[in-house]
Amino acid sequence: MGLYRPDLGTEISLGGGAATEAVRRILHGRQRDVRGLAFQSALLLTLLMSLAIMVTLMAQIGATGWRVFAERGTDFLTSPMSSLASRAGVWQGLVGSLMLMVFVVVIAFPLGIGAAVYLEEYAPDNRRTRFIAANIRNLAGVPSIVYGLLGLAIFVLVLRPITGGLTVVSGGLTLAVLVLPIVIITASEALRAVPGSIREAGYAVGASQWQVIRSHVLPAAAPGILTGTILSLARALGETAPLILVGAVTGFFFQSSGNLLARLHGPYTTLPTIVYTWSRQPGEEFRHLTAAAILALIMVIVVVNVLAIYLRNRFQRTW
Amino acid sequence: MILRRNEPDTVVVDQPNVVFDVDRLSVNYGDFQAVRDVTLKVQEKRITALIGPSGCGKTTVLRCFNRMNDLIPTARVEGTILYHGVDLYDRQVDPVEVRRRIGMVFQKPNPFPKSIYENVAFGPRVGGFRGKMDDLVEESLRKSALWDEVKDKLRDSAMALSGGQQQRLCIARAIAVEPDVILMDEPCSSLDPVATQRIEDLMQELVADYTIIIVTHNMQQAARVSDRTAFFTVEVGENGQRTGVLVEYDRTEKVFTNPSQPRTEAYVTGRFG
Repeated sequence: MGLYRPDLGTEISLGGGAATEAVRRILHGRQRDVRGLAFQSALLLTLLMSLAIMVTLMAQIGATGWRVFAERGTDFLTSPMSSLASRAGVWQGLVGSLMLMVFVVVIAFPLGIGAAVYLEEYAPDNRRTRFIAANIRNLAGVPSIVYGLLGLAIFVLVLRPITGGLTVVSGGLTLAVLVLPIVIITASEALRAVPGSIREAGYAVGASQWQVIRSHVLPAAAPGILTGTILSLARALGETAPLILVGAVTGFFFQSSGNLLARLHGPYTTLPTIVYTWSRQPGEEFRHLTAAAILALIMVIVVVNVLAIYLRNRFQRTW
Repeated sequence: MILRRNEPDTVVVDQPNVVFDVDRLSVNYGDFQAVRDVTLKVQEKRITALIGPSGCGKTTVLRCFNRMNDLIPTARVEGTILYHGVDLYDRQVDPVEVRRRIGMVFQKPNPFPKSIYENVAFGPRVGGFRGKMDDLVEESLRKSALWDEVKDKLRDSAMALSGGQQQRLCIARAIAVEPDVILMDEPCSSLDPVATQRIEDLMQELVADYTIIIVTHNMQQAARVSDRTAFFTVEVGENGQRTGVLVEYDRTEKVFTNPSQPRTEAYVTGRFG
């Protein structure tokens, strides 16, 4: 003691008031942590800037679009596309987006989660496995329009007899493939986070690998897997470019109210595509409509996210 | 009749059977040889303790008995372990079946993040148990001295139990599959002295029905509970590799009061540890 701190030795040994005073001087005498404060302020600033950007965007959109909801209310949500701004609505987009989400859930989730389970639990840790995992990570970063090209080439052209060409089926398959790497990655992360001690405990009582995974690993990873997959759904909801490439209609069209099969093989559109379409129409009215469609899209994404949080909390009991 | 340490004038009447016949067992993790040339015989319905300093391979050897080292991709086991005469590492032996007969309790209690009931019931269920599960769960919890404390909250989470209770739950879980052998890897090292005492008492009761092999850092514990003790130590090779070897294996009394090997004596008298 004494090299870089004042030596209290003598004062404390005096005891009583002098010792207390000496200790108080030391404990209270800390200089203001200027660097720390500056750092904290800088971080706060970045947070405020991010919030400011989002708030500005939302305010801008809200201001432009609220009028539509105010004047027409739910009629906006239930009307089909129309070249007349006062009659155009997002109904077909809602239906189209919903149908696409069904494809994503039915195709990408089981395939993605299954692939993740295989990669994390069964595949040996060798160069080949690492190579495959690295490729999947890269696929997650491929621009979505490339998936549009892929969908066009394979689902629309080559598989036309099955998909019917420029249909919801092609769109759904394209989105499912787009989202698949993300599902695999998030599910893998969730599985990796399950502690090894739980697996060992399962094996130690004579369970097979499949029993350990099914009864202990998957339930423990479920909240993480669920969150990841539903968030990837929210991402898919916003995709525009690949869908335009595989046939989402960017004009207005009449939706035949036939049976499901006819709908699956007929023209379709989605919420983001409608935003794109309307943003290219001339006229003040369509500015408002575009903003209102964006609001509708944001509402849907918020609902999906809330659903993710609710489901995750339900699965994540207080173990 | 079994020789009990607190009745020194009781005579050994029966010779116990051999459960494990270990011959020149060596384990490598990749290039690293963790333990080499272990030869010993484990007796039925006795407590056998594996003691020694850190890194001497006691846990590695223990995990060989129930093929848990299979779970480590780089592990390579050489030599033989005969279990009631059958080579445990024979190609045709199913490790899952091995683990149903040879259970394990780990150093840090690791109950499943499920209810107390589920923890005990899981093993029997996947093992094909068809009887009354409620009775089996109760019996296992009674045998591990936990029933009275949890009988009213079987559906509660196992994670809410204290450390000592969790470890007894892990013992109940191991017993529920009705094994032949229970392996214990430093079962008391994360418990307080009172909980440790309860588990040691439990071991003395369980050994009437099960063969127990325990790895422990605690020499006094080994001296207290075990019938036979195997002392391991670390030998440093030419390349600087630290490999575990078996130094001495004998009746516990002898190992602690009159060991044959100087290294054993140095360890148990605390000259190194």
